[in-house]
Amino acid sequence: MKINQKLFFQLGIVILFFGLIGILINNLTINLIRTGLGINFSWLFKPASFALAEHPLPYSSSDSYAWALFIGWLNSLQVIVSSLLLATFLGILVGFARTGKNSLLGIISAGYITIIRQTPLLLQLMFWYFVGFLGLKDNVLIHIKDIFIISNQGIELSGFKLSSEFSALLLGLSIFTSAYIAEVIRGGILSVPRGQWEAYRSLGLSERKGLISIIIPQALPAIIPGLTSQYLNLAKNSTLAIAVGYSDIYAINDTIINQTGRAIECFLILLTSFLLLNLLISNSMEIINRIIINSRKYN
Amino acid sequence: MEPVVVAKNLTKSYTKGLRALDNVSLTVNQGKVLVVMGPSGSGKSTLIRTFNGLETFDKGELNILGIKVDSTHDEKKIQKIRRRVGMVFQQFNLFPHLSILENITLAPVNVQKRRRAEAEEYGMYLLNQMGIDSHAKKYPSQLSGGEQQRVAIARALALKPELLLFDEPTSALDPERINEVLDAMRRLAEQGMTMVVVTHEIGFAKDVSDQVLFMDSGKVIETSPPNIFFSNARHERSRKFLNQLDKH
Ligand SMILES: Nc1ncnc2c1ncn2[C@@H]1O[C@H](COP(=O)(O)OP(=O)(O)O)[C@@H](O)[C@H]1O
Ligand SMILES: [Mg+2]
Repeated sequence: MKINQKLFFQLGIVILFFGLIGILINNLTINLIRTGLGINFSWLFKPASFALAEHPLPYSSSDSYAWALFIGWLNSLQVIVSSLLLATFLGILVGFARTGKNSLLGIISAGYITIIRQTPLLLQLMFWYFVGFLGLKDNVLIHIKDIFIISNQGIELSGFKLSSEFSALLLGLSIFTSAYIAEVIRGGILSVPRGQWEAYRSLGLSERKGLISIIIPQALPAIIPGLTSQYLNLAKNSTLAIAVGYSDIYAINDTIINQTGRAIECFLILLTSFLLLNLLISNSMEIINRIIINSRKYN
Repeated sequence: MEPVVVAKNLTKSYTKGLRALDNVSLTVNQGKVLVVMGPSGSGKSTLIRTFNGLETFDKGELNILGIKVDSTHDEKKIQKIRRRVGMVFQQFNLFPHLSILENITLAPVNVQKRRRAEAEEYGMYLLNQMGIDSHAKKYPSQLSGGEQQRVAIARALALKPELLLFDEPTSALDPERINEVLDAMRRLAEQGMTMVVVTHEIGFAKDVSDQVLFMDSGKVIETSPPNIFFSNARHERSRKFLNQLDKH
């Protein structure tokens, strides 16, 4: 009875899934025929004729669409990698504060996690951009001897400048993801049996040494899979860059679709880009996971 | 000579109104073995875990090897105590990601700052004493329960402790593995180690202990030498408990 229901349910999902795919393919072919465009990538090498505020490599509006897309890819990579690092750092801090002995820190970090997880990321990005940076008007928030400046121009660290768009995206993505990473870390730590804490404490090891040598090595296998999925989410969420006007791959694709009408090709490019990016992330994490598992000589 | 453990009126509640420890007082002199008995939930674990600061208490005083602690749970003092007191747990609590020898050398190297070679040499000596030196390179999961518990004893001995605490060290073992652990503990007692042992092993208590402390509901019901406790316990509750143990 129960098994039959389950089977029926699964069958329904399969039919629905293939039905949807069928409709999509049908739409695609009909649209291609109607527009008479066909799939064609030769426009990629025509001048893009739009400007980009941020480009890690030289770029001008006479460069090709392909180059513009590549710049967009680099911009995406830049914000994803730096957010990933910052989110991990923040997540570890908050995760440990949440599990630690200090009850005040515990309450603060629990509050942080709740607030961040209960509000939409888009809202948080807008907040950091419009309230956090543009809200500063010409006021400077922090100015430490020209070394570290936070103003409506973004963040400047001893001559190294981050635009306010990049900064808002970096902060928004990092803080949002850090709340989830903190929970992943907390879960990993709690998966280590209580007796392990008691054992290192009764041997007179310091809390720091105990965490580093005993708890973290045992928590890591439980942390890595959750961490990977948060990294993948972060990469996908980075497409919200468009909301704060940062020229990531998605935003540039959007501009190109508006200019050329090549929506299908652009979506294929975008799809491939993200597939590649996420494969890169998940494979790197898989390698890290293997190293951890192989370095373990016990089961 | 000053006693190794002096507890005065230790009182503790985890939840309001329910006393896990209720005015517990006791003394353990150097070289003596105190066996703690009592029904499940009577506060035995809580009691011996206060001795090395794994548990706090609400009232009373504790003097371990001359170091006095009270309900303020002074971390520095507790750290000092832990360097001089070893503990063996019911579930062994070996570090699964470290080899047997690494389990044993971790504290001497990191806490006492001894050279690794020296710590390993002493670790091998201890494993030899426990009859398990052939397992030094293995990992805990590759050993039987009895072997793991002997590793745990060697690990506790690695800091050359002046007091050893055992919390039901044989309760998680297969019956045919119990004696190898009890024998190791017997030898320690013969060598003059001061020990507090929570156990239901009557044979061990009769042969090895100097005093048996019987607890119920967080209270010390009686403290008697084993020959009196097992043949002619002073309290009705102790006798009832022993009767029930016999039936198992
Ligand atoms: N961490 C804890 N939190 C709440 N109650 C506890 C905790 N540990 C023990 N207790 C309670 O304290 C009492 C004594 O427990 P314990 O010392 O473990 O007894 P024993 O070791 O004699 O079985 C029991 O009622 C138990 O439920
Ligand atoms: Mg117990």
